[in-house]
Amino acid sequence: MALRSVRHYPGFLAVTVLCLVVLYAPLVVVTAYSFNDSPSITTWGGLSLRWYVDVFTGPEAPRFRAAAWNSLSIAFLAATIATGIATAAALAMLRAGKFKGRSLTFALINLPLMVPEIVIAVATLIFFTMIGFTTGYLTILIAHITFCIPFAYLPIAARLQGIDGSYEAAARDLYATRAQSFFLVLLPLMAPGVVSGYLLAFIISLDDFIITNFVKGAGMETLPTAIFGSVKQGIKPNIMAISTLMLAVSILFVTLSYFINRKGR
Amino acid sequence: MKRLFATTSILCLAAGAASAEGTLSVYHWFEYMPQELVDKFTAETGIAVTIDTYDSNEAMLASLKAGKLGQYDVAVPADFMVAIMAGEGMLDTFTPEEMTNLGNIAPQWLDVPFDPGRKSSIPYQWGSTSFSVNRDVYQGDISSLGIIFNPPDELKGKINVLDSQNEVLILGSLYLGIPQCTTDREQLKALSDMLVEAKQHWASFGSDTAKDVLVSGDAAAGMIYNGFSAKARAEGANVEYSYPREGHVLWMDNVVLLKDAPNRDNAIKFMNFLLEPENAAAVTNYAAYTSGVTGVEPFLDEAIRTSPENNPPADAAPGVFAQVCDDATQQLYDAIWINLKK
Amino acid sequence: MAGVGSDSGASAETTYRSARVPLLLPTWLMIGVFLVLPVALMAVYSFLTKEMRGGVIWDFSLAAYDQFFVHRGLFGDEPPTLEWTYISVFGRSIIQAAIATVLCLLIGFPTAWFIATRPPETRGVWLFLVTVPYWVNLLIRTVSLRFLIRENGPLNDALMGAGVISEPLALINTDFAVQLGLFYSYLPFMVLPIYAAVERYNFTWSEAAADLYATRWVTLREIVLPIVRPGIVAGCLLVFIPSLGAFLAPNLLGGAKNFMIGSLIEEQFKKSLGNWPFGAAVSMILMSLVLILLMIYARSAARQEAR
Repeated sequence: MALRSVRHYPGFLAVTVLCLVVLYAPLVVVTAYSFNDSPSITTWGGLSLRWYVDVFTGPEAPRFRAAAWNSLSIAFLAATIATGIATAAALAMLRAGKFKGRSLTFALINLPLMVPEIVIAVATLIFFTMIGFTTGYLTILIAHITFCIPFAYLPIAARLQGIDGSYEAAARDLYATRAQSFFLVLLPLMAPGVVSGYLLAFIISLDDFIITNFVKGAGMETLPTAIFGSVKQGIKPNIMAISTLMLAVSILFVTLSYFINRKGR
Repeated sequence: MKRLFATTSILCLAAGAASAEGTLSVYHWFEYMPQELVDKFTAETGIAVTIDTYDSNEAMLASLKAGKLGQYDVAVPADFMVAIMAGEGMLDTFTPEEMTNLGNIAPQWLDVPFDPGRKSSIPYQWGSTSFSVNRDVYQGDISSLGIIFNPPDELKGKINVLDSQNEVLILGSLYLGIPQCTTDREQLKALSDMLVEAKQHWASFGSDTAKDVLVSGDAAAGMIYNGFSAKARAEGANVEYSYPREGHVLWMDNVVLLKDAPNRDNAIKFMNFLLEPENAAAVTNYAAYTSGVTGVEPFLDEAIRTSPENNPPADAAPGVFAQVCDDATQQLYDAIWINLKK
Repeated sequence: MAGVGSDSGASAETTYRSARVPLLLPTWLMIGVFLVLPVALMAVYSFLTKEMRGGVIWDFSLAAYDQFFVHRGLFGDEPPTLEWTYISVFGRSIIQAAIATVLCLLIGFPTAWFIATRPPETRGVWLFLVTVPYWVNLLIRTVSLRFLIRENGPLNDALMGAGVISEPLALINTDFAVQLGLFYSYLPFMVLPIYAAVERYNFTWSEAAADLYATRWVTLREIVLPIVRPGIVAGCLLVFIPSLGAFLAPNLLGGAKNFMIGSLIEEQFKKSLGNWPFGAAVSMILMSLVLILLMIYARSAARQEAR
């Protein structure tokens, strides 16, 4: 049997297509309604760019700009730091033999998953207040790093578990230092796990509302806290426009990374 | 010694000047104040305003209790929450001399049960809560809360109720004609049973979505705030807001002066600013509720000034504010709510 | 794991033994200080007396746990029996989360497999494609999903137009809508870890199996699944646990007619019930359940490694 066919399972392509359709169908709605002339998000009033104009030049434009910047920079920093911490933890958990407290550490890493967000939010705010931290950018960042760790850790660990030890052993036999064998051999092998973990941490941070809303200081906004302004007024289409712009930015990243990748080859 | 005193007072003056043109920290609902109005305040006074937002009265209370008290100058709690915050000692008081525009407050809102004599709060916006019905679906009589609690066949399974204990339980009590904060077991039992029975006919609980479900047609009738219903109508839904004969819920959001406000003077300026009819009207034009300030009419948009949601018919039954029950009684109401949603 | 994967030399398993403490220190510090301490505070709160409408009074009390487990009737004067209210809230949430996890696995595994078998230079793009939708806030995505599946929404229009159904499907405000929403909220959390595990899979093993006349499906079950198990477990944890406490999907898609764990806790801190000790107690009970689950998993994983 040829190599290709053992990789191929009938129906997997169809499921993947279904998966992408499910993922993107609501976004079609978001994009379509960002061009809606009506102030409603449920009735159609013709094509218009007014909400994009509103996002860039409307009275709330500076607020949205600041919120988008905060969200992206916090997500970038939190995901990067959390992925670093999680990678180190995965090495210690899976490549450092058995040790006392390993199960406990495993539970500790997953603790942010287990505690409901609203509890983390209230508890963290009380804690920050007790130790005299002023809420602001830094407190949001700390909270985000903390709850991103398991999202980065689990894919990285899952990956590391499947990596054969013989590669490193071979590198060490060739007198590579531990650092060399990590950066030149193990890390490239771990890359898919690290990338997966990073992406999950990034979107989790980008999406967080509950915890951010409690630990942010006065005047600090992230996109989710700006977006949840729906409560008294209902969601306005300018939020749809912002969401579409975020999609555009992310697709820009995808395209860029694809071409950089191809050029690098 | 004298020189030292002089230096100190100059320092104090300098500090005073700095705070006069300094900052103001506002803890506010999401999307409840037009940015243009904030900019206008800054332009007039030179005070930079930072706004932090919350999405429920209780979330605001929780985060102030968890440690944010002392970070903000003013907040905007609803009537019952003003009473609770005052009871917790979270509010500062002002004098009529400081609040020079106190006289602009409409007479009926000057002496209110949740802040007798207006010592800590000024009106922001007020409105009512009852229900709206999609007239394309149901053309019958909608003058009773029975539409929600004992609905006609056309509306069964198509009703959205607010996901809010206060509103549901008070409207339910009005429907049954029992007082708020009752401790009468028979009455409480009847209220609980009636709600559990009515729930079978409800499609959903949702506060944030109350307007959208009416506009989209997911619900044909729903409990809703009057301004929200006006917006649903403006978005093209054929909905009519009812002032039911059993009565309706009244609410008022108020700007309160918080204890330990870092910029107390600026907070007073801000509150005075909001009591100017033109500025109060700007909020009303934005939020579609009603201001508690006299003389706003010339500044109001025509559609808002004349909207049927904001102008109850002359013979409408009076509205009631939510009362703050004592702890033991509140426990009973909490238990009814938990039982309803378990 | 033991069968195929653990031919790794004992040396690689312990390469980082000497660096264990520095490697774990950041994790211990970050989670230990900024989560364990706050959570410990919450644990203490669950044993305190509630202040009405939020806050605690520093008096020891078991009232929160008593409320959870003991039923005394509306007026608190009936003979105490076991309280089913909150146990059924837990049961309901666990079932919804489990169904969502299975849905994610059924769709996520083939997707991850498909991505892992693409040419290496396009895999990154596929991965991004799975996460791109999550650049849009969950609230907005959920509202849009609601729009899609509502009674006179595009999905029903399309299905009726195609003649698949004659009456619009009543999807909105049902349990199925909640499961769909949870599934939609957490799908990438299943796909990415499985991808990370499958990508590592050595397809010569499948070839060997095929040479021995194993069908593809037998190969999948007997060889592939055991090897990519860590990825599947990671994915299930990342979908199941957050689903337990989720409240956006139940509220916006399910109609919020009944409490789920997430909305029950939220109501204690952010809404009118305002009972912090009870909210803390429910969280502690939830945490204990998940912790037990994790410990069972960690033990069994450790046993497998030992084999």
